[in-house]
Amino acid sequence: MSDILEITFLSLQVSTIATLVSLLIGLPFGTWLALGHFRGRSFLLSIVNTGMALPPVVVGLIVAMMLWRSGVLGSLKLIYTPWAIIIAQTIISAPVVTGLTSAALEALDPRLQQQLLGLGASRPQMIWHLWREARLPLLAALMAGFGSVISEVGASMMVGGNIKGQTRVLTTAIVLETSKGDFDKALALSALLLTLTYLVNLALTSIQQKGARK
Amino acid sequence: MKLSSRNVLLTLLLMLSIVLTACGASATPTVVPVTDAPVSTEAPANQNLILATTTSTQDSGLLDVLVPIFEEQTGYTVQTIAVGTGEALKMGEEGNADVLLVHAPASEVTYMEGGFGTDRFLVMHNDYIIVGPADDPAGIKGLGPKDAFLAIYNAGVPFVSRGDDSGTHKKEVSFWTKAEVDPAAEKLEWFIETGQGMGASLTVASEKGGYILTDRATYLANKDNLQLEILLEGNNALLNIYHVITVNAEKWPTVNSEGALAFAKFMVDPATQEIIKEFGVDKFGQPLFYPDADKTDADLGL
Repeated sequence: MSDILEITFLSLQVSTIATLVSLLIGLPFGTWLALGHFRGRSFLLSIVNTGMALPPVVVGLIVAMMLWRSGVLGSLKLIYTPWAIIIAQTIISAPVVTGLTSAALEALDPRLQQQLLGLGASRPQMIWHLWREARLPLLAALMAGFGSVISEVGASMMVGGNIKGQTRVLTTAIVLETSKGDFDKALALSALLLTLTYLVNLALTSIQQKGARK
Repeated sequence: MKLSSRNVLLTLLLMLSIVLTACGASATPTVVPVTDAPVSTEAPANQNLILATTTSTQDSGLLDVLVPIFEEQTGYTVQTIAVGTGEALKMGEEGNADVLLVHAPASEVTYMEGGFGTDRFLVMHNDYIIVGPADDPAGIKGLGPKDAFLAIYNAGVPFVSRGDDSGTHKKEVSFWTKAEVDPAAEKLEWFIETGQGMGASLTVASEKGGYILTDRATYLANKDNLQLEILLEGNNALLNIYHVITVNAEKWPTVNSEGALAFAKFMVDPATQEIIKEFGVDKFGQPLFYPDADKTDADLGL
């Protein structure tokens, strides 16, 4: 029982950090992509949108090759630690947050920007206001980012190694129990994962809807 | 409106700080008590030890018993990575693991000849069995392994292959080679390559009503979910032999050679061998592995 709690907590911890780091990267970057006028913007957007469909197992392979002792970042000794999973999951969810942030801001009326600047708002003030205006789709971006990492198994398995008590998360534990033939435990863990995902999304949705009513 | 966006921000910051605090706490290495340590009383300089092994040792639960004992005795923290034997050997070749517990003797000899390993000890064996549908459509009962594979080939009945370069897969390929047929290359319709672990492959075999070569331990652990019967067992050619190999630190200075040797010695220690002998008896009524540290490769017909 205590090891299940540990696995659950690690899943939540790793995926939450990865999502928050993705937010720190994706919110500014997505905003820049949505508001900027520069050459190569649509090319960058197409790259980000492709990144939204990055297969976790490909990310896992590349991150693992870099973090292995024989890899370029091997001396950091991060392979088979929770940090390795966080790195891989951040790479998976950052494009999701970036792409959806950019889409959310582009969906706003372009005149709003002019209006705000015309009223004497500084650029940071304007961006802050646009974020507030687009907070519903921005929270959806956050939920999508979290959803993409809490549910992935390929990268966590490869860079984390599914080590008992160290890097075993819910999804990799489900794979293990299934291959051991313990379907009851696998199903119980699956139910736990779904419940967890539901609770996190319930919390975010309630924040979102509270914002919508006001 | 102002209030709500501030709430969102506050919630996020709160989540971040909780997570970071918790993470910081768990990142601190726990000091392993070394009270039971028979040999060394001080913690080793480099505590991290990467053990690359096969899915069979993990799926059977043996390592869940042995690793904690080793950690408590020596103060090492073992990171067990369960992969196929092919990948485990590759990890050793590239210095991505410190010690290997594998079961493909022929490949292991090549590995040692390449100078990638320092020590290699015989640890234990169990055996492979061929399981399949109870009515045995290819009629392999009573045959030798080579003839059984040939009978399956001639009958063209479903056969599930791991196809993942694991120790079990290497064993299977050796039988096809002995039978002088190559269903993988011929891309025959009845020949199913899963590329997955033993447990998953057994499920596929059960669903397809096919034959499969499996280690006994994984089969016993999964038996209740499978409609597969043991059709061939107890032949010397079906022994599944495990060796522990320490990765050569001269090739890769980052390798934890002291820890690797400690683990290798632990695996062949009489007390550990006794645990291996008893493992699984209470659950399956028979041992899953047979300790072999007092034997030589020649005793097992290698």
